[in-house]
Amino acid sequence: MSTKGKVKGIIANLVIVEADGPVSQNEICYITTDNTKLMAEVIKINGKNAFVQVFESTRGVKINDETEFAGHMLEVTLGPGILSKNYDGLQNDLDKMKGVFLKRGEYTHPLDIDKKWEFKPLAKPGDKVEAASWLGEVDENGMPHKIMVPFVFKGAYTVKSIAEEGLYTIEETIAVLIDNNGNDVAVKMSQKWPVKVAITAYKEKPRPFKLLETGVRTIDTLNPIVEGGTGFIPGPFGCGKTVLQHAISKQAEADIVIVAACGERANEVVEIFTEFPELEDVRTGKKLIERTTIIANTSNMPVAAREASVYTAMTLGEYYRSMGLRVLMLADSTSRWAQALREMSNRLEELPGPDAFPMDLPAIISNFYARAGYVYLTNGETGSITFIGTVSPAGGNLKEPVTESTKKAARCFYALAQSRADSKRYPAVDPIDSYSKYLEYPEFAEYVGKIISEEWIDLVNEAKTILLRGKETYEQINILGDDGVPIDYHITYWKSEIIDFIILQQDAFDKIDQSTPIERQQYMLQSVLDIARSNFGFDSFNDVNSYFKKVINLYKQMNYSEFRSEKFNKFENELTELLAERRVA
Amino acid sequence: MENIAFQKIYTKISQITKATCSLHATDVGYDELAIVNGKLAQVVKIIGDTVTLQVFGGTEGIPTNAEVTFLGKAPTIKVSNDLAGRFFNAYGNPIDGGPAVEGEERPIGGPSVNPVRRKQPSELIATGIAGIDLNNTLVSGQKIPFFADPDQPYNQVMAMVALRAKTDKIILGGMGLTNDDYLFYKNVFDNAGALDRIISFVNTTDNPPVERLLVPDMALTAAEYFAVEKNETVLVLLTDMTLYADALSIVSNRMDQIPSKDSMPGSLYSDLAKIYEKAVQFPDGGSITIIAVTTLSGGDITHAIPDNTGYITEGQLFLRRDSDVGKVIVDPFRSLSRLKQLVIGKKTREDHPQVMNAAIRLFADAANAKTKMENGFDLTDYDQRSLNFAKDYSEKLLAIDVNIEINEMLDTGWNLFRKHFKPEEVGIKQEFVDKYWKK
Repeated sequence: MSTKGKVKGIIANLVIVEADGPVSQNEICYITTDNTKLMAEVIKINGKNAFVQVFESTRGVKINDETEFAGHMLEVTLGPGILSKNYDGLQNDLDKMKGVFLKRGEYTHPLDIDKKWEFKPLAKPGDKVEAASWLGEVDENGMPHKIMVPFVFKGAYTVKSIAEEGLYTIEETIAVLIDNNGNDVAVKMSQKWPVKVAITAYKEKPRPFKLLETGVRTIDTLNPIVEGGTGFIPGPFGCGKTVLQHAISKQAEADIVIVAACGERANEVVEIFTEFPELEDVRTGKKLIERTTIIANTSNMPVAAREASVYTAMTLGEYYRSMGLRVLMLADSTSRWAQALREMSNRLEELPGPDAFPMDLPAIISNFYARAGYVYLTNGETGSITFIGTVSPAGGNLKEPVTESTKKAARCFYALAQSRADSKRYPAVDPIDSYSKYLEYPEFAEYVGKIISEEWIDLVNEAKTILLRGKETYEQINILGDDGVPIDYHITYWKSEIIDFIILQQDAFDKIDQSTPIERQQYMLQSVLDIARSNFGFDSFNDVNSYFKKVINLYKQMNYSEFRSEKFNKFENELTELLAERRVA
Repeated sequence: MENIAFQKIYTKISQITKATCSLHATDVGYDELAIVNGKLAQVVKIIGDTVTLQVFGGTEGIPTNAEVTFLGKAPTIKVSNDLAGRFFNAYGNPIDGGPAVEGEERPIGGPSVNPVRRKQPSELIATGIAGIDLNNTLVSGQKIPFFADPDQPYNQVMAMVALRAKTDKIILGGMGLTNDDYLFYKNVFDNAGALDRIISFVNTTDNPPVERLLVPDMALTAAEYFAVEKNETVLVLLTDMTLYADALSIVSNRMDQIPSKDSMPGSLYSDLAKIYEKAVQFPDGGSITIIAVTTLSGGDITHAIPDNTGYITEGQLFLRRDSDVGKVIVDPFRSLSRLKQLVIGKKTREDHPQVMNAAIRLFADAANAKTKMENGFDLTDYDQRSLNFAKDYSEKLLAIDVNIEINEMLDTGWNLFRKHFKPEEVGIKQEFVDKYWKK
């Protein structure tokens, strides 16, 4: 019999329940108020009293309200049908809810129970299998969705029988396995897994090395991220965090996109809902939404569910990674998640850490980032979760706890600079403060050496040096005045401006400029570096400014034109002529 | 509000602070209202049989033997068409001398809209102010605050925007409004003959600060009624949200909560988000747009209130006095409307985005030139021209007294480009230059 309890105290969404039996940490329970069951999670236990955070508004909850403990932690349901769904933080299917407003205590099934899937067996009787072994496959929106041995299974199993090719629902048995003791175990197409526990049913997790193309030049060229890599984007509000994240999600070379809208604006989620079904996926010819899952827990939805939402998203990602797919997961914004932790810690009257955040915040964040990664599955295939989180630092100050903790965990750092945003230099990623640790990985160097060119990393570093030198000379010019420095200083500065305007800046709202394939990025970088390496002759700094403005203007027109199209070539020819005017040996 | 006859009356208060009082009571629901010594209060904490009440009117004069009755419900408002044209206090009681409003009683601070049922905002709200329409276009269903120092004319600009925006209803939520400002709004709306589409919930500086906490929820519950039931477009004005947040911090302080940044409660983000996220475009045509005011101290936007607000709202509008032209302008650098991408170049002329960006970039060049000039360096010819441009741009477009149509704003932009620059200095797509430069 399951444990029951009675409400003994209420402080906002923290409720104290006196339990009549054993209760475990993070166990789920339901509080019955006014004939409505409110879902809650145990976050602290003291004697008979379980402190639970309620995933809903606690309005009207009374002392002695009945509570029922579920005997398990917060779980997600995994199975075919997750793609193109819109979930809340607890994996309720938002589209199944009736009415315009969310109703308290309304929980909906995350999958479609009646839908029949075309199942193809991959395993055969007699096969030795273990957790996450592939038993069969269904076609989910064009993705080969593997039906696996449930992750909760421990040890070795033997396949006794497997269903024939045909149509099955997620509740039907598709295989029977025999465990070590000779007992039969039935397997369905759906399974459950607690979200706060990482799925580790893979062979090994090497250092990631494969470039993940995003089409965003300031990322791919300057500070690349890799398949299975981690990155984060901190920035004050209004710096284009969300625009950048949307661009990545639309363009990145991933099989599955999982977007966790965590405590952010509802209209931004609506933008995804509206745009993704329209956006053509270049690689499959289908719509982008067909390989996307959205976890929407916007800022006005209950705080406790916000904390759960990032875990829900990560668990779905791990599920698809186990199928040998490349998953891109985005969370906007992890600061809201940290704030949810802070609100709870505050109500529990824990001693606060810096800025009133809980003391274990750095550990929680790094544990979470560690769940991403590139893995070799037990059958030799590979899968990956690339995770990019945004951080919304209070007051734009990067010395706050969430940014600092994340910096320790993530390998790529895309710092958005207010100064760049103010002068509309978008994306506002600061080329000097940002970094990608992957550029230092020999595995990565070897990989891009093969797919781009041997000298690629040298070129990237050359561009970075020019940008840094440009920044330094700009400061000199500002201190000494335009005519107080040699003309060469102006030329050096403008060479870095060309890289800034042509490589770094990108118009996320222009059809052509918004996404640049790596081949084109290579061509453009080569082209601007040619200029940077050339010498130019000028008599006055006034001429330098106006000349390079013309150069930049022509380059910009090239960026707005289809690669190697007639228009593109025309502007490029004009540019060559313009360069010949001033270039000296 | 009156006591209801059959209710149990408690008369033993065990603890009183400046904003809260506690007593032993049973069968009380969380968030429930109570009357303490004739003052309205709400349950904020229950531990065992000890109930803590937040007293909206302050606890001054409450004795330990005060009469306490519980009303068995959360705060409510009666909604109907009769709300139009009326002025109410924070509790939803009339303050204009008129009769109480009859209608359906609804709890305030109701549930959130299911995000999948929202529509993407797409209707432009024209204000005639170029600093807004050209650079920071407003869209129905948007939430956006003015970030302003207390000495800036934000109430005037907001009243102007409200009257020019063609919405069905305007709902004013005044928190800590001075009596003078309250009368200003009343007069402006009255003179414009717009009183019948305006509803006001006002807490003035004369009233207790904790009462303010009810105002946004009152205003927005009324807004939801008109937007959902009547499919109307509703504009909600909230001024001043900084005073609302201050009231939150008073309550959390009295409840011994550990403060986070700037002595604000740790839940400030969620508390503000709950209000601002009521801005929505409904599928059936109704919408709620929120324009708020967050006063700053000395222009500091890193303070917890404007900072959290900025992360929630879809942009912000900054007012600034431009000493070069001696007028108040909408600052193009620090202002932002996040939803403008949904309408500019789509509902407005195709060249809108590029003209907007180019003008701001050139304005930034002028700012650099100005720094150079102040540091005593010689200016180049380009610097000089950008300075001239900036002056014209401030005067003809950014100033808040400009009142023109959007196409006229764009044409003015092109005229200024042509007057001061060469096409290649402006950096606009060639096809637009070809089309609009010569005009």
